[in-house]
Amino acid sequence: MKVSYYPGCTLKTKAKELDKYGRRAAEALGITLEEIENWQCCGGAFTSASDEIATKLSSVRALAEARDKGQDLITLCSACHNVIKRTNDAMANNADFSMKANNYMKLDTPYTGETKVIHYLEMLRDTVGFDELAKKVVNPLKGKKIAAYYGCLLLRPGKVMAMDNPENPRIIEDFIKAIGAEPVIYPYRNECCGGYITLEDKTIAAKKSNKVLHSAAVAGAEMVITACPLCLYNLQKNGTEDLPVVYFTELLAEALGVKED
Amino acid sequence: MTELQMKEQVLRMSGVDPLKCMRCGKCSGTCPSYDEMEYHPHEFVYMVEKGQISKLMASDSIYKCLSCMACVERCPRGVEPGKLVEAIRLLAVRRQGANHLKPDDIPALLDEDLPQQAIVTAFRKYTK
Repeated sequence: MKVSYYPGCTLKTKAKELDKYGRRAAEALGITLEEIENWQCCGGAFTSASDEIATKLSSVRALAEARDKGQDLITLCSACHNVIKRTNDAMANNADFSMKANNYMKLDTPYTGETKVIHYLEMLRDTVGFDELAKKVVNPLKGKKIAAYYGCLLLRPGKVMAMDNPENPRIIEDFIKAIGAEPVIYPYRNECCGGYITLEDKTIAAKKSNKVLHSAAVAGAEMVITACPLCLYNLQKNGTEDLPVVYFTELLAEALGVKED
Repeated sequence: MTELQMKEQVLRMSGVDPLKCMRCGKCSGTCPSYDEMEYHPHEFVYMVEKGQISKLMASDSIYKCLSCMACVERCPRGVEPGKLVEAIRLLAVRRQGANHLKPDDIPALLDEDLPQQAIVTAFRKYTK
């Protein structure tokens, strides 16, 4: 099975592991991630203001390319997923924005939100199935207590992202169970890590990140997993709690026995 | 622009109706940047309703919002205060020479692990 894949800027640079292990694990599960040709950076943040057009066009290009290939569009980075999925929603449901974007882009066929935007975790849940995934695990991470960190971008706004219950999600916990480990539920799993404010004020990002890490540590976690490069950076770099933070794809590749070269 | 024109512009850009607010304060209660702000999410809603846009534009609070959408998600009336913050920040940075972050600032802010995502997101939020 082939799907379109949008890696995004950070997966080509500081978050190569998120990408590398994601591709390997997908292959092991019978899914080939076909990278969108000439994709452009999503911009990292969706701008909700209705008169912002140009900042959303790179997402529309990727969406239209997947549509033309007749494929779903798989994302892996939480930020790319948030931006592309919300842009897709605007193309489908905001006639004024959709008209302006299409007028500018002059595609052979106008784009009106036809592509399905699917996060890698959703692909594991809905295409592969967590039960099937569990059967393919050769190296179960038995007894490992893992905290799922959702952050903000995967879940909110819930009506558009529609990945899971935004206040009581379970998709990453179900993933943790599928690879043989034990999920740890903790209060701050869907609160913000501080995000891009780390660029301007590290102390604010440290306050937010430490709340998350402390909350996970108190609940008994040995490790935190995430899908977001900026969450990983904030928790690792700005947090003081001694808790490893890794990308979920790394554990997936390990469980499937495809982590090593 | 007059305060009234700015208010209308903010309402148009954000799609928010401040009159739906019942002043419960949940948006501010759940805001991760509450401690850093001069004006808090519920005050944005109230002040936009009153047409006090320039006061909000001049406050650093518009650069403290993390766009985490917690206030948008958790508002029991669907007011979506975060969208007001964003519209007001855009009005501020769209003015000539008013970018909050400049490319020349970046080299001093980098470290070897900082993901590109942080830089592009900050530019998207702080500049025009």
